[in-house]
Amino acid sequence: MPVNETLSQYSDWSYTTAVAVYVLAMVFFLVEQSFGRKGRAAAERTRERARELVGAGGVPVEAGQVPATPADRPARSRPERIGRMGVALTVLGALLHLSALVLRGLATSRVPWGNMYEYIMAVCFIAVVTWLVVVRKFPVRRLSALVLLPVVILMFVGGTMLYAVAAPVQPALQSYWLVIHVSAAAASSGVFLVPGVASVLYLIRARHDRDPAAFARFGPRLPGADVLDRIAYRTTVFAFPVFTFGVLCGAIWAEAAWGRFWGWDPKETTAFVAWVVYAAYLHSRATAGWRGQRAAVINVVGFAVTVFNLFFVNLVTTGLHSYAGVG
Amino acid sequence: MTATAPPEQRAYRVTRAGRVLAFLRNTWRGLTSMRTALILLFLLALAAMPGALLPQRQLNPPKTAEYIEQHGWWGTLLDRLQFFDVYSSVWFSAIYLLLMVSLVGCLLPRSVEYVRSMRAKPVLTPRNLARMPHFSRAEVAGDVDEVMSATRSRLRGWRLAERGEDGGARTVSAERGYLRETGNLLFHFGMLGLVVAFALGKMYFYEGQVIVHADGSQFCNSGTFAYDSFNPGLRVDGTELTPFCVRVDDFAAQYTAVGQPVSYEADLGYQIGDDLTTGTWRPYHLEVNEPLRLGGDRVYLLGHGFAPTFTVTFPDGTSRTQTIQWRPVDQTTLLSEGATKFDPPGVTDPEKRRQNQIAITGLFAPTAAFQGKILSSADPRLRDPAAAVDVLRGDLGLSSSQSIFEIDQSMVDSGRLERVARENLRVGERITLDDGTRIEFEGVRRWVSLQVSHDPTQMWVLGFAVAMFVGLAGSLLVKRRRLWVRATPAGDTDGERRTVVEVGGLARTDQAGYGEEFTRIAGDLLAQRRAR
Ligand code: HEM
Repeated sequence: MPVNETLSQYSDWSYTTAVAVYVLAMVFFLVEQSFGRKGRAAAERTRERARELVGAGGVPVEAGQVPATPADRPARSRPERIGRMGVALTVLGALLHLSALVLRGLATSRVPWGNMYEYIMAVCFIAVVTWLVVVRKFPVRRLSALVLLPVVILMFVGGTMLYAVAAPVQPALQSYWLVIHVSAAAASSGVFLVPGVASVLYLIRARHDRDPAAFARFGPRLPGADVLDRIAYRTTVFAFPVFTFGVLCGAIWAEAAWGRFWGWDPKETTAFVAWVVYAAYLHSRATAGWRGQRAAVINVVGFAVTVFNLFFVNLVTTGLHSYAGVG
Repeated sequence: MTATAPPEQRAYRVTRAGRVLAFLRNTWRGLTSMRTALILLFLLALAAMPGALLPQRQLNPPKTAEYIEQHGWWGTLLDRLQFFDVYSSVWFSAIYLLLMVSLVGCLLPRSVEYVRSMRAKPVLTPRNLARMPHFSRAEVAGDVDEVMSATRSRLRGWRLAERGEDGGARTVSAERGYLRETGNLLFHFGMLGLVVAFALGKMYFYEGQVIVHADGSQFCNSGTFAYDSFNPGLRVDGTELTPFCVRVDDFAAQYTAVGQPVSYEADLGYQIGDDLTTGTWRPYHLEVNEPLRLGGDRVYLLGHGFAPTFTVTFPDGTSRTQTIQWRPVDQTTLLSEGATKFDPPGVTDPEKRRQNQIAITGLFAPTAAFQGKILSSADPRLRDPAAAVDVLRGDLGLSSSQSIFEIDQSMVDSGRLERVARENLRVGERITLDDGTRIEFEGVRRWVSLQVSHDPTQMWVLGFAVAMFVGLAGSLLVKRRRLWVRATPAGDTDGERRTVVEVGGLARTDQAGYGEEFTRIAGDLLAQRRAR
């Protein structure tokens, strides 16, 4: 199948523009986040709100369903307006991002996740979309810069060091399982980025709560630890079955492509490790003494393993999964 | 130990037995506790990691050997600690066995508990519903019975228990989301089944590789000797292989303009069962991702390469022709190396024969590219084949122990095998040796490497994996929640009966989102009656 150079070129431009728009959005969010008094006041509000919800009887209600307090409504402060513009920019960036993916797919006449550059593009897109959904449900818009930061870094690394020219994929990858297996893997990895960030913030926030001198400037601007915990849990609970499905499909595909459904190939092994770590996270939430702090650490470890799987296993080890298309 | 032991001594002995029991019980409890399970999960993740970081013998024996060699005592130590066989190591097995024991110990009581809870009625309505996390209250028109019947019909699909209270009040306890626990158990049992099936599969599987020329040559799965390499499970001795034969008629590879592969395809004929006696061949188009499935065995197209044909014409005029597979050294250009070996004809004395053997070794390129006299390959397609050969004459050594791709270098080193020519050949070109022996490069054929795999439990593994996935989805997405309604008579207003309805709700898991559903139900229960 010939590659359409023009579309591929448009895809590249779209990609670059998306990154630029994300960076701009980050600036807006940072302005919102840092505008001293007001930012802190906003954080204070979310904390109050969360406390009300939790105080109602130990079972948290979804925060997004609580009607905005009247005080929020009429006079939107300037930082808040800037934050909303940040969201609008993020949506714009996501649309450009999506078009980069679609154009790449059209250019190569296949799904646009056949090498590492494309895969990272897809993962980041899912991460951004997940975050936009989270922002609709939880009052955490000001944290957007902290989520966009890893996205922008990943996309920068993907677009510069790992960039691969649009091309067809090798015969082993020509299967509808590429669509199913890799999209499940990309989707779950993308979603996992959000609980990863939320758990890091949770740890910072919890540290600050225990010792106000720690993270004295940054800590108070974060939402309450329980809000962060809930974001992490709900996104993980969504991503985990998707990830499980992805691994399952990978095994089915491996049976057809490589002669065995499971062979402890480095990629398979690392996926197994990540899976076990996230299973441990879910268990830790049901184990006395492990909720909160330790659960958050486990979640961060889970995301670290996911990133490790993406970079180290594709670039350093040689296994059957070495289709990075780099070098 | 005497019968006259003082009473306290006896009591002590009783407690000692008791202590052993208590110790066992505590160990069991400890092992099956959630915390232990968590720690074991961690250990499992940690223990699996070296398998991704270090070369593994099972996947890549040469690389493993090289790694051990390069790392001296450290490599040897790691080897002794089974770090190059992680997944069959004692420590890895110990962790997952402990985890399985913990899992069984966790699942048994939970299953009992589950059966009990499936039979139990929803719990009593709390005295003070206002203390529940979700609560609504209103006075509605109608009497208690009307409220009750409306409640029953609104809460269809919930498990209900209706009870009377003092003062004419009636309550409904409702509970929903039992599928959560069902899913959780299904998930964990599925995992248990998966691990058992996986382990059984490792005992009864086999896997073999064989190279077959794509010119109508055949391979029959009649014994391990038919394979170039064979890897059986512990309980497989190679005598009970599924009988079938495969014939490779043709192979084709397609590439993009720049030589990137697009597809590999082989045309096969195969026989299984009665076909073997009747001699019927059935066609199959073998592709990557599309193995041929034959009665529990699968045949895969693993790789391909070239087999150059050489004819040696000896001084006495007899000639021998051989087409031996050479192996690719570069997967993108398919530059290949190999050794084609000849015995002199008509020599019966084995001593003498071993003085005049001939080997043709070197490189083969499907599309020749010369840099000076050095041959390399420019393209994996067969466009301009050429071979750069060394011809060696002398003693090749014992043929049984050597690789078909190489000559025995020690024979060269000891001077018993001598290089007598070095030449670049295109198809049709020949070399004449000093004694008049002629060597001609006749042409080239293709070969494919096939893998045959057999794993009797893989469908079981798949079944358990699907059960796990379904269970997981149920367990993570279903919410366990409770709802109570209390209807208390509130006397008459304008001759109409009135009732106070209170609705309370509690989600039993920390999944948010119940609020929405509660608000909807409570709204229905209260508003609908009020409207009348
Ligand atoms: C073999 C390793 C194990 C793995 C990979 C594993 C995996 C999981 C996963 C993914 C979940 C979350 C889904 C769900 O809620 O059903 C879970 C939940 C659970 N597991 Fe396991 N499990 C393992 C062993 C165990 C053991 C040994 C126990 C008992 C000690 C156990 C007890 C539980 C319990 C009680 C839950 C429910 C937690 C909740 O409601 O959030 N699991 N397990």
